Amino acid sequence: MQDFDTIRQRLVQLFASQKLAVLSTHHNGQPYASLIAFTSSDDLKELFFATPRATRKYANLQADPRVALLIDSRSNQDSDIHRAIAVTAVGKAAEVTESEREKVLKLYLSKQPHLEEFVKSPSCALVQVTVATFYVVSRFQKVMELHVTA
Amino acid sequence: MRWVFGLHDIDEQERLIVGGKGYALGRMARSGFLVPPAICITAEAYNEYITVTGLRERILMELHRKDFNDMRWEETWDAALRIRNMFLSNPLPKSLHLQLYEELLDHFAEGAVVVRSSSPEEDSSRASFAGLHESFVNVAGIDSILEHIRLVWASLWSDAALLYRQELGLDVHTSSMAVLVQQIITGDRSGVVFSRDPNDPHMAVIECVYGLNQGLVDGTVEPDRWQIDRTTGRIVAHVPAQRDKLVSPGVVGVQVKGLSEDLSSIAPLNDLELMKVFKLSLQAEEFFGAPQDVEWTFQDGNLWVLQSRPITTAPTQGSADKREWYLSLRRSFENLQLLRRKIEQEFIPAMIEEARVLAGQDLAGLPDRELLEEIRRRSEIESKWVSVYWEEFIPFAHGVRLFGQFYNDVARPEDPYEFVKLLGATEMESLERNRMLEEMASAVRGNQDLSKQMEEGNLPNADPGFLKTLNEFIRKFGDLSCPVTGVVTCTQGPEALLRLVLEMASHPPSRGAIQFRDVAALTASFLQRFQGEELDRAAELLDLARTSYRLRDNDNIHLARIEAQKLSAVEEGKRRIALRGRADVYQPLVEEISKLSPTEGFEGRMSTAPQPTGGDFTLRPRQLIGQPAGPGISRGPARVILQPSDLGQFRHGEVLVCDAVDPNMTFVVPLSAGIIERRGGMLIHGAIIAREYGIPCVTGIPEATELIRTGESITVDGYLGIVTVGSATLS
Repeated sequence: MQDFDTIRQRLVQLFASQKLAVLSTHHNGQPYASLIAFTSSDDLKELFFATPRATRKYANLQADPRVALLIDSRSNQDSDIHRAIAVTAVGKAAEVTESEREKVLKLYLSKQPHLEEFVKSPSCALVQVTVATFYVVSRFQKVMELHVTA
Repeated sequence: MRWVFGLHDIDEQERLIVGGKGYALGRMARSGFLVPPAICITAEAYNEYITVTGLRERILMELHRKDFNDMRWEETWDAALRIRNMFLSNPLPKSLHLQLYEELLDHFAEGAVVVRSSSPEEDSSRASFAGLHESFVNVAGIDSILEHIRLVWASLWSDAALLYRQELGLDVHTSSMAVLVQQIITGDRSGVVFSRDPNDPHMAVIECVYGLNQGLVDGTVEPDRWQIDRTTGRIVAHVPAQRDKLVSPGVVGVQVKGLSEDLSSIAPLNDLELMKVFKLSLQAEEFFGAPQDVEWTFQDGNLWVLQSRPITTAPTQGSADKREWYLSLRRSFENLQLLRRKIEQEFIPAMIEEARVLAGQDLAGLPDRELLEEIRRRSEIESKWVSVYWEEFIPFAHGVRLFGQFYNDVARPEDPYEFVKLLGATEMESLERNRMLEEMASAVRGNQDLSKQMEEGNLPNADPGFLKTLNEFIRKFGDLSCPVTGVVTCTQGPEALLRLVLEMASHPPSRGAIQFRDVAALTASFLQRFQGEELDRAAELLDLARTSYRLRDNDNIHLARIEAQKLSAVEEGKRRIALRGRADVYQPLVEEISKLSPTEGFEGRMSTAPQPTGGDFTLRPRQLIGQPAGPGISRGPARVILQPSDLGQFRHGEVLVCDAVDPNMTFVVPLSAGIIERRGGMLIHGAIIAREYGIPCVTGIPEATELIRTGESITVDGYLGIVTVGSATLS
């Protein structure tokens, strides 16, 4: 039986090992997917990424903050089908507030140090996704839901 | 890449691609030992095959459906069967076929061969695992040899190999299989010799049987056994066998025959021959620099070496290691025939008689003290039959598997479980029970008076015809109030049965069990592949499988009837305690009854655990993976069965979620939209009954009863073995 701790541990490992995630937004119902560099909070309830404000994804988020993120461990091999883990996170995005910015920036750069210049640019937004649910897919078709209840 | 080596061309650097067996025989051939002419199909040929056909990925998929630790042996066997079918249904790639064909034609255009596994894994592991992989004796014709090469390859993934996967280091990416194709030597006496007795370093051991070695290796024929002093060459001990059988080549494969009376009184080897075998083992030991386990055969006075390998210790096994027992369930046809006679002629009649005699006893008339004795006696009777059940009935279930594999070999069906359709023409008691239930339901349907009488419990005034059927049903099958084997407490009475009939009656008649109309056609097309002796054997095997199939259902019912007799004695005790109070009943009886009524209940698996949570998170299932055990797709609210009384709540159109569909609870199957079982396997009772009724079924989800809650909307995909919880909308 996959208990909570096992799954939580898996997520921690996955989020540490993967630098990139696929972000889904939409514009008037037209889905749009982008690759972003992310990090997660220690309690897994928040995911963070950075984006220039002039981008399409940023505009989409302004119009509708509901997002999905896909984080996975695929390696472009046939064996990914049974070996890879894929996690879909569903939640709401918002720009990180000024009071939180210092803390989040530190967390973000500890995982993505090469992006320091990018993130610190005045034109770049640091975005926080508050996760409602993780959908965890393993062994090709096994899916567990992890709901954030508080 | 080289796909074929002649025995004489094998060098040290080929060791890993020809496997241990091929390498040892190659070296012996070059040094002048008398070994049968042979060629070796390398592990590289195996790799070419599984790469070009895409089997590597398909095997990976099959083996990663589920964590091995969560798999029962039956599921492992099922996985091995599906993999075997992949090998059967995928022909060799052209270039490989062409080369192997030519090589085989060069060496074995005429005469028969033995196709032996020569596994590099087995060779490199420290422990010895005889019999994990297959070898085929007496195969003739190039096409047939090529097919058997694929079967040996498939046995890299046999159920036995999968059980020992850790010790073998079995890995789809790196494991491979070489094959030795060896001219058959039809020896008149054959055996094995250990140059050093694993239990006594001063001794060598020789075992010998008449005929081919197959009988000795698979345990069908008991060997004569000698111990020889390694230093003096003196024969220290001879343990003669009960010589009555031998294995000899049949038209195809081997057959077991009776031994002539002349031979049965003579030891298969004389002293001179014993010395020859003994010396051979010492030569082999010297040659390889380590004690050897040599298989050999005498043909017209010539002593042939069939294979030689270092003596290794059997894997050490803790008492918790059940694998040996699982593998002992793989019985030969002959063994199963014997078992069948015992079960049909001895055990079943005895069980029926036992239950009948017990039912005839007047429990109410016994004083407390005697009731206690009676309860103990009945407990003993029950445990006696439970052990017969494990030791004789469970192994007999292998008849179905034996037939399945045989059927797949000859019929090459796309669905590896097509063979089950040939078995479906059997009378299962539970089908008869369900038929009677439907009969009662149809009497109630459209008869408002009757259904009202049933609802009000006003039975005495009900239609006499209906009452007659009801009573006949209860006489035959009980009142369903104690439906599950292993349950210690239940209150007898027809309420649950009546509720069920009412529920059935409030819906249109359910699908009856499919009486596979094409059983006759399938049977005919299966049998027409054979002639003469082969036909007899195929027909016998089918008959054996049908008996085995029917029994795995009926044996439970017979066992449950005996159990019910123990329970009724316990119930009598409880009645007295309730009536007179604990203090006024003979104390040892009170103690015995509380001992027999443990509180954990339903197979010890009652789950009261809430959904798993961790702090601010809740974990919920969305998709669970099991085995696709009954094709079809359906949706309905879940009914999770944690204790027998839950069955009484079962409603038409619900999805049955349970530990395993016990043969004594199949009466709810016709009402159900789908079935989900914790226990895995394609041939377990629930899967079989689901297929008979055409109900989607997924088995082998160990966490099903914990993660799924009664009332949740469930989709059962019996094609893919996937269970989906809830609807598709994001919450």
